[in-house]
Parts: sequence; structure tokens; C-alpha cells
Amino acid sequence: MFFSSPNQTIRKAFNRIFDTTPLLISLVAALVVASVLLIAMSTDPLQAYRSMLNGAVGTENAFAETLVKAIPILFVAVGICVAFRGGVINIGGEGQMIAGALAGVSVALIATSLPGPLIILFSLTAGFVAGALYAGIAGFLKAYFNVNEILSTIMLNQIAVQSMNYLLNGVLLDPTEAGTNHIPKTAKILAEAQLPRFSITLPDAIYGALQGLGFAGTPELFARTRLHYGMIIAILLAVIIYMLLWRTTIGYRIRAVGENENASRYAGIHVPRQIILAMFIAGGCAGLAGVVQVLGLQYRLQTDGSATGFTANAGFNGIVAALFGGLNPLGAIPASAVFGGLLVGAQKMQRDMGVPAALITAVNGLIVIFTVSSQMFARRRARRRAANEPPRSERVLDAAVNTPMEQQT
Amino acid sequence: MIEQLLAPSVFAAAMRLATPYLFASLGEMFGQRSGVLNLGVDGTMLMGAFFGFYTVMITESLLLGVLAALITGLIMGLVTAFISVTLKAEQGISGIGIYLFGLGMSELLYQRLIGTPKSVSGFSNIYIPGLSDIEFLGIGEIFFRHNLLVYVAFALVPVSAFILNRTPFGLMIRAAGQNPQAADAMGVNVTRVRYITVMIGGMMAGLAGASLSIALLKVFQQNLTSGLGFIAVALVYFGRWRPLGILIGAMLFSVVQAIQLQISAIGIDIPSEFAVMLPYVITIIALVFASKRMEKPTALTKPFERGES
Repeated sequence: MFFSSPNQTIRKAFNRIFDTTPLLISLVAALVVASVLLIAMSTDPLQAYRSMLNGAVGTENAFAETLVKAIPILFVAVGICVAFRGGVINIGGEGQMIAGALAGVSVALIATSLPGPLIILFSLTAGFVAGALYAGIAGFLKAYFNVNEILSTIMLNQIAVQSMNYLLNGVLLDPTEAGTNHIPKTAKILAEAQLPRFSITLPDAIYGALQGLGFAGTPELFARTRLHYGMIIAILLAVIIYMLLWRTTIGYRIRAVGENENASRYAGIHVPRQIILAMFIAGGCAGLAGVVQVLGLQYRLQTDGSATGFTANAGFNGIVAALFGGLNPLGAIPASAVFGGLLVGAQKMQRDMGVPAALITAVNGLIVIFTVSSQMFARRRARRRAANEPPRSERVLDAAVNTPMEQQT
Repeated sequence: MIEQLLAPSVFAAAMRLATPYLFASLGEMFGQRSGVLNLGVDGTMLMGAFFGFYTVMITESLLLGVLAALITGLIMGLVTAFISVTLKAEQGISGIGIYLFGLGMSELLYQRLIGTPKSVSGFSNIYIPGLSDIEFLGIGEIFFRHNLLVYVAFALVPVSAFILNRTPFGLMIRAAGQNPQAADAMGVNVTRVRYITVMIGGMMAGLAGASLSIALLKVFQQNLTSGLGFIAVALVYFGRWRPLGILIGAMLFSVVQAIQLQISAIGIDIPSEFAVMLPYVITIIALVFASKRMEKPTALTKPFERGES
């Protein structure tokens, strides 16, 4: 792989640019439709977008809020990458988040005698496992009973919400809230069990430069915001899952089943196991999203009776971000930031211009539609590429570059 | 207590609650039988519910309200068909896009055009002369004292079965979903059949939404359906792609729902969460059994491509 000709490198770079183009076109197309809607609401789209941009990244706090919103989206999106790559359409992010949060908050409330870092570790583990097992139900039913996972995960979402409502009104209810008119929420977790806030000390040079640009904060970037270490955990998870998908046999098998189930079966891959595993990992990631919301941001679990009251739609937005990130966990990192920014910016737009923030939900839908629709063009390109196959020598090189390592030995 | 839970009024409520499921599921069934899974039903329902409601609020004409919901559904169906049939997008995912669009768009329109919770007088109940007075087993109250849309929804069950099983168009639908290549070879325009079924499905989803906003609840609010459209999709699987099966599924769902409402109304000390949860659990179990038998349209979710098999 060290001998790739410059020609081939250029071709690869060219293909990569082309592969991301449909995504950008989707975003632009969605924004164009949004502009039409804004004009129909007699709002100047440019002014609206400026307000959004300002609300998303205009100040230190705005940027931090964007990242805070992006954290659960990224967790879910990373999991969705595994599921969709494995050919499993997991729509259950909302339910898996709730399962993870319920397990995680229970551990954090019970294991109070342990040192803080251990509580956090156990709580995160419980969240992952709970989300994974919850998604595993759908995976198992798909693998062995051929139950459509889209439908089963949607049903499981509703079951999770009701379980949350039941538990938060019952055994998990904050003891100080007992009474007939209580608010269904858990007690607050211990301060040691909370994920620390995240901040960076800027080097003098960068701080000076930023001040020159009108930056008003202190050198302790994000010190006075709600940004927490969940962001670092999410990014680490994205890297780990990326490695898992493209650098291990586990990931290779999952992707193989997603690409072609029959071929995988002939190649001796145990297909049901891969389906369950893909679902398991996806659910675990979503479970982490849930528990990190509790440990890093809300410090308790509270319900308004609906799923979105807790998840803020991250279970669905994670799907959008995963698609927009090209179903690549690393691509999901910037994609989640973009969607976090859209959500935070929309709130600012609502305050400034009176445009309902629900516009962003509609735009997210459009992005999904445009992204999956444009895949036809990507497929056509791939077919054309396959038709003009490079000469054999180059193909061997290509194979060496693209083959997972267990076959290179 | 049991008497209170099984009172005629509970079953009458179940009939009304079944209405949106019936409209949406029967419509979805046509699409699925022709090979298209439309997961965006909930989004289409929300749009239909909004436009139906808004039209009634402005014009005070129920007919125009129903018409608005049908047209909204038709447009959403056309877009869905374009995405799934022409662009051949992955149906499971594009449906989520349509759902999110409908969810956001209906809320946006609601906040912009209505703003605060308002209600309309909507459809009133029609007592079928003679039949509505039957006291025996509460039959009159259960079956014959409903609004027009309830009667229409139940009438659509045999009508759908007839269209699907006894007409040439029904045969084309089934052929397009079972073996599109063969259907194409026999001169059936698979693409056109699928467009039509998805548009029918859209119209019925729009009507399902309106049956909520101008007949059953008579209000519109954000996320009015709260996922009802997804259950409607599951009911198609549950009912094994047959109108009668869908009717059974919808009734099962709505009876449980009506009993649950009655439980909270008379204040029995059962956690209502379990009652709310029950239909979803039943659906999952039913899906396990439904999928064992191979009755699913073979070409479901598979885009049709001429010359490929």
C-alpha cells in the first residue's frame, strides 16, 4: 500500500470528493427548500440563517451549547453507523437512550458508597449494556424470527417510554417528591458521580488572536458553559467504532452481512449473530447517549411523559447525522456538530425572527430524504466505475489497500 | 368493576378509536401489497390532520376539511412515490425522512397559523334510525351512534378487500408486489401501479389524520398522532396484508386502549403505563407469528428495475 501511484491517489481523492458531494448537495437542497418556506412566512432567509449561525457559534456559550446538543446525537449516530452498515435499520435510538439512562441513573443512585470515578464507570457500563440488550431484543427477533426491526424498534420505543414513566413515578421517584402531585423524577446523583465540565486553557498566542477577532471570554475556554466530558467520550467512541468497523474481523463481518447477506452466508459467516451484534453495538451507543445526558448534563432523570422530553429527539437526529456523515463514525463527528448547531441556532432564530424552531425538524426530514434519494446517483456512479475497471495491476493494488487485515496474512 | 370496564360505552369508544388506524392501515396495505413500504404514514397523517383542521377552522365546512386532508395526503403520497419508486431510495430510511418532515412542518404551520390550542365543533354523531335504539347487548350504542368517518372507515374494510381480491386493478397490485418482473412481462405498468397505491395510501393517511383532528379529538396540537401512524404500519404486518386481519388488529388495539382510558376514568389503581404498553407488546408478539408464515409480498421494499431479477 506504500506504492500507490500518484495517478491512483488522485483518483481516490477524486472519488472521495464525489462521494461527499451528494451529502453537501442534500444539505444545500434542504436549506433551499427551507428558504422557500421562510420566504412564504415573509421572513428574509439570509437574515434568518445569520441569526441561526449567530445562535449556533456566535458566542463562546452558543458554541458550547451546540456541542452539548451534539453529544447525544453523536453517540446515537455512531451506533447507527454500525447498524446501517450491518443492514439493520435501527429506529429505536429513543428507546435505547431511555433504557441506558434508566440503568445508568439506577447504578449512580445505588452505588453511592463507591469512589466517584468508579460510580461513573459502572454507570456508563450499565447504560451501554442496558441499551445494547434492549436493542438486542429487536436484533434477536430479526435474526431468528424475521421480525421487521423497523417496526419492533418503534414498538420498543413506546414500551421504553412507558417503563420510564412507571419507574419514575414508582421505585425511582425522588423520595423528597413523594406525594400525590409529585413531579416524576429521580433524586439528583452525587456530585462525584457527575461527569466533570470540560474546558480548555487557550495558549496566549491563540487567545490574543481571538481577542483581536472580538472574542470576549477568558483564556479558560468553555469554563463557564455546560460543556462536559461526555463530548470526549463520544469522540473516543467514534474512533473506537471506526476502528472496529474497518480494522477488525468483527467489523468486516458486520459490513459483509450488510452488503450481501447471501454471499456472507456462503462465505461461512453466521448471519444471525452479526445482525444481533450490530444491533447490540448500536443499542449500546444509544444507551451511552442516555446515561451521559444524565451524568453530564441533567444529573437526574425526569420525564414529562413523552420520549422527547428526555431525548430531545436525539434518537432520530442521530439517524440524520449518521446518514449525513456517510455512515462513517468519524464523519458523524462533524455531522453531529452541524445538527447540534442547527438545533441551537433554530432556538435563536425563533427568539429573533419568530420562526418556529420546528422548521429544523422539517429540514432534518428533508436532509434524510435528499440523502437517501441521492444514493441512486452514487450507485450509478459506482456501477460506472466498476464498468471502467482499472487495468489488472492496479486492481491488485486496490485489493491490497481495501482488504481487511485478516485476509492479508 | 368488570361491568364498568366492559360497558357498551367502552366498546363504542373503541370503534371510534379504531377509525384512524383503519384509514391509515388500509391505505398502507395497498402500498405494501404493491411492493412499497411507506414508513412516513405518521408524517402524512400529521399533515392531513393539520390541513383538515385548519380548513374547517377557517371555512367551517367539514366537506372542505376532508377534501383538504385528502389533497394533502395525495401530495405527500405523490412525493413518497417519487422517492421510493422513481428514485428507488431505501424505503425504511426515506420514510423516516417523510415522518420528520411531516412532524416538523405540521408543528411549524400550527404555530404560525393557529398558535394557541383551539377546537372545532367537527363531525357530530349520526344516530342510525331504528338501529341505534337497539338495547340488546348495547348494540345500538356500540355500532350505530357514531360520526360519519367511523362508518366510512369500517365500510372501507370490505371495499378494500373487494378491490384487492376481485378487481383487475387488485390483481395488478398483487402482481406488482409478488412478482414485478412477471407482472411487467404481462404488460402491467409496475411503476404506475405503485404510484397509484402509494397515493391512495397517502390520501387515506391524510384522512386518518383528519379523523383525529376534526372528528375524534376536534383539536390540533403538535405531534397530535404521537406515533399512531407507525402502529398503523405495524397493523398491516399484524393483519397479514389483509383487510380483515387489519380490522382485527385495529379493534384489538382500540379495545385495549378504550379499556385503559376507562381504567383511568374510574380510577382503578392499576399503573396505567402497563395498559398503555400492552398493545405494543402484543404487536411485537404478533409480528413474531406474522413473520413466520410467508405471506409478505415478496417484492416489499424492493425497487423495481426492468431486466433485473
